[in-house]
Amino acid sequence: MTPILDVRNLAVRFGPTLAVRNASFTVQKGETHCIVGESGCGKSVTALAIMNLLARNARRDAQAIRFNGQDMLAYSDRQMEDVRGNRMAMIFQEPMTSLNPSFTIGSQMIEVLRRHHATTRHEAEQRAIALMQRVGITAPHMRLGQYPHQLSGGLRQRVMIAMALMCDPELLIADEPTTALDVTVQAQILRLLAELKQELGLGILLITHDLGIVARVADHVSVMYAGEVIESGRTAQLFANPAHPYTRGLIDCVPVPGKIRPGEALGSIPGTVPVMKDGFSGCAFRFRCPQASEVCTQAVPRHALGSDHIVHCHLAPSQGAGQ
Amino acid sequence: MPRLTQISFVIGLTIVGLVFVAAVIGPWLTGHDAFAQNLNARLIPPVWMEGGSSLHWLGTDQLGRDYLTRLLYGARISLFIGVLTVITSGLIGTSLGVLGGFYGGRIDDAVLFLITCRLSIPVVLVALAVVGLIGSSLTLVVSTLGLLLWDRFAVVARATTMQIRSLDYVNAAWCSGCSPLDIMRHEILPNISSHLLVVCTLEIALAILLEASLSFLGLGVPPPLPSWGLMIAEGKDYMFFSAWVIMIPGLALFTLVLGMNMVGDGLRRAFGTQVIK
Amino acid sequence: MSPSPALVLKDLSCTFHVQGGLFQPARHVRAVDQISFTLEEGGVLGIVGESGCGKTTLARMILGLQNPTSGEAFVHGQRLSEMGRRARARLIQPVFQDPFSSLNPKHRIQDIVALPLRAQGCFEPHEIERRTAAILERVGLSSEQGRRLPAQLSGGQRQRVAIARALILEPRIVVCDEPTSALDVSVQAQILNLLGELRRDLNLTYVFISHNLAVVEHVATDVMVMYLGRMVERNTTASLFKEPHHPYTQALLASVLTPEPGLGLPDVGLGDIMPDPANIPSGCRFHPRCLKAQAQCATLSPPTRSMPDQGMVECHLF
Ligand SMILES: Nc1ncnc2c1ncn2[C@@H]1O[C@H](COP(=O)(O)OP(=O)(O)OP(=O)(O)O)[C@@H](O)[C@H]1O
Ligand SMILES: Nc1ncnc2c1ncn2[C@@H]1O[C@H](COP(=O)(O)OP(=O)(O)OP(=O)(O)O)[C@@H](O)[C@H]1O
Ligand code: SF4
Ligand code: SF4
Ligand SMILES: [Mg+2]
Ligand SMILES: [Mg+2]
Repeated sequence: MTPILDVRNLAVRFGPTLAVRNASFTVQKGETHCIVGESGCGKSVTALAIMNLLARNARRDAQAIRFNGQDMLAYSDRQMEDVRGNRMAMIFQEPMTSLNPSFTIGSQMIEVLRRHHATTRHEAEQRAIALMQRVGITAPHMRLGQYPHQLSGGLRQRVMIAMALMCDPELLIADEPTTALDVTVQAQILRLLAELKQELGLGILLITHDLGIVARVADHVSVMYAGEVIESGRTAQLFANPAHPYTRGLIDCVPVPGKIRPGEALGSIPGTVPVMKDGFSGCAFRFRCPQASEVCTQAVPRHALGSDHIVHCHLAPSQGAGQ
Repeated sequence: MPRLTQISFVIGLTIVGLVFVAAVIGPWLTGHDAFAQNLNARLIPPVWMEGGSSLHWLGTDQLGRDYLTRLLYGARISLFIGVLTVITSGLIGTSLGVLGGFYGGRIDDAVLFLITCRLSIPVVLVALAVVGLIGSSLTLVVSTLGLLLWDRFAVVARATTMQIRSLDYVNAAWCSGCSPLDIMRHEILPNISSHLLVVCTLEIALAILLEASLSFLGLGVPPPLPSWGLMIAEGKDYMFFSAWVIMIPGLALFTLVLGMNMVGDGLRRAFGTQVIK
Repeated sequence: MSPSPALVLKDLSCTFHVQGGLFQPARHVRAVDQISFTLEEGGVLGIVGESGCGKTTLARMILGLQNPTSGEAFVHGQRLSEMGRRARARLIQPVFQDPFSSLNPKHRIQDIVALPLRAQGCFEPHEIERRTAAILERVGLSSEQGRRLPAQLSGGQRQRVAIARALILEPRIVVCDEPTSALDVSVQAQILNLLGELRRDLNLTYVFISHNLAVVEHVATDVMVMYLGRMVERNTTASLFKEPHHPYTQALLASVLTPEPGLGLPDVGLGDIMPDPANIPSGCRFHPRCLKAQAQCATLSPPTRSMPDQGMVECHLF
């Protein structure tokens, strides 16, 4: 089956800085693919690169970015505009930057649908109201007439989600869609996405740093570090046998209810994500890795640990790295 | 920022910079006195015209004074008035706007009322009336314009203060035990200053234009001080035979105001300030 | 040490009047409705609840940033409303959620951290310098970083700066409003560990607001659950997480997503419709969404039942 989204060797640079390097992953129809990683590791840049919405100082290189088998690198601006927001929608990390402050919520939602489909205003409004109810917004009629700054952070995030679903996309790219929401609303939104995935075969690329969300909703996970996918695999496999030291570090940082006694220190990975420059070689994690050794300054090999499970690390899988 | 805005900003900055330098050092370099009359050398045209002399590059006026020297001296006066007016109006407008935006409620209602009142005053007419009644002088022009042109400062300061006062660093300053005055001075002012700078440039341009209009009507800068508006007024009797007498100061005025506005527009785009026009 | 508890709230309420339009009547939002509690010195009170239920408003009233409509707050036995701003600053300090808006972008880190000392107006410059350097070191920032501007620091480092500013006056109570929700897991762990260490070393009392129940379980000694402005349950962390009583607390705990693949998404049956804070349901305000609602719940306000260890629950079932 052709995947909905197939990204091959994506690289994004801002001047000499490499924000994304050699990122490859696929999203199948009816599948949720999660990208996890620390702040600054290139998750949002990857999403923007797929949508071709990068800042002007960015350079995008890739072997291919295929959407339903068609290479989007060859798309004209016009073709890209037809796809964007329509068959391929995105929920941005900062709702405030993607909602226009000078138009009402209603007019922005209606505009999205009418830009791509011939509908009447009334039909578009009905659809907006139905979707707002599905994402749990009370009094949708009132909200349609309000401006973005009149909504609380949680409401704004839900409006963004409803707006992304207006055109029934085939692929949804969601960049940290639930950070401002409490657990019950978060569960409700994620359930909605899971339903759409089932009903309509929606493919979802979900970006998050919450491993709780990843474990519960992802079919596939890619762990990113310093712009690179350093481990990827089916969710159950990856959580059962995290092979990369970074993945294990991330999982150890998550406070789990009932598992940690008050007063006990939480695990954390000391240090921060380094900024990658041209000419860097070896493993980018070696400055923070507890298992780093001499070889880690050399080009990192790629190990397959099963049908889907791939890891980039010098530690051979048999040498205590999971398995 | 769009490329065109960048170019226009640089051009504007160059114009304003050149005028500023010319205004400061120019009058000493021309080798003439801006006030020295020479009735034997009246209305000499500029060098490039027939009958021009290389002694007076831009010619002389109806009293035989060197036109270039007077023009440069006039630039000094225009900038001087523009800057002093903006300092006065900036102080008034910013204080009112910050107070209203910061406290909200009744105080804000009062400030809004003052702004509405001020917007209902016809600036030119009042300025004319005041200067006409009291008599013209540099101080009077500056203080009249200063007391009238503070509205944009107030509107921008109020709007930006309202955005900032609910930010967490202002909350943190309250919790640190800072007094309201300290918060306005140290937390709010530094963060709205870029927007105020935009208003400054636009207001300087406006003040320069208004001063020229007043002077043209004979109610601005008193003669023999060379103001551009006054130069146009003095030249208007001769404009049919020697059009350059009013063309030159007119062009200078246009260029400076255009340059100022180009700088202001560039800054406005860069800082995202919303200014009512 | 004074024997009085660190923080006492008595029937604290706050109502906002939201203007509808030019000719529409104002709507009244009861953001916080008659909340009372006592927090002993050295304790950590975790506050959880739906977004928009009034957690931030409660925190702002405790900090003196928002005047209560009615009720009183006492800090170490002193009435908060009678305290001067400097005295209050010496007792109680905040750490806010957003590490980007909580630091003035125009000031250097060392000046931001020294601000509470300067505002006291009674410290010598060299004393300010010495204490600033000491607190920066304590939260793990170098003096070189102290000379930078906020934009030159990462989110985690900025949150350290906020903590340093909160602690420089050696306050007794620190109010943390979602201090780690903008940070990723690894940085969150670093910040929580730092807060824990500081509490032990300086015997601080925390009011700790968070959406992340695992974090609350980790740091809090007591937990209070809010729903639409009311405190609906309160208990020690251990009892509350072991045996939640109120149906809303149960729903909340059941919604937590632990990193255990294969469990799927919990559906706690709360329904999809959120409550409207300007139009609070009669009787028990949770009844339209409560799975265990009884006939009386729609009309009768539930009584407050006390539990051991200052615990309480507000529900007809108990
Ligand atoms: N317009 C830009 N110009 C220069 N560098 C940029 C730009 N946008 C992003 N970067 C850099 O690219 C890197 C990746 O940023 P990105 O926003 O993708 O991180 P992220 O993984 O989404 O982090 P977060 O979890 O904080 O959202 C960062 O180091 C960032 O500084
Ligand atoms: N200044 C204000 N004016 C009017 N209404 C307000 C104001 N501040 C808060 N509210 C309202 O009071 C209620 C409680 O808001 P609050 O910010 O305390 O919620 P919260 O529990 O902190 O939510 P979150 O978890 O999303 O931060 C909300 O309905 C909000 O809309
Ligand atoms: S390659 Fe070396 S430094 Fe990198 S993760 Fe593996 S062991 Fe650690
Ligand atoms: S009082 Fe009734 S409606 Fe309210 S929580 Fe208890 S059982 Fe549910
Ligand atoms: Mg991002
Ligand atoms: Mg809040």
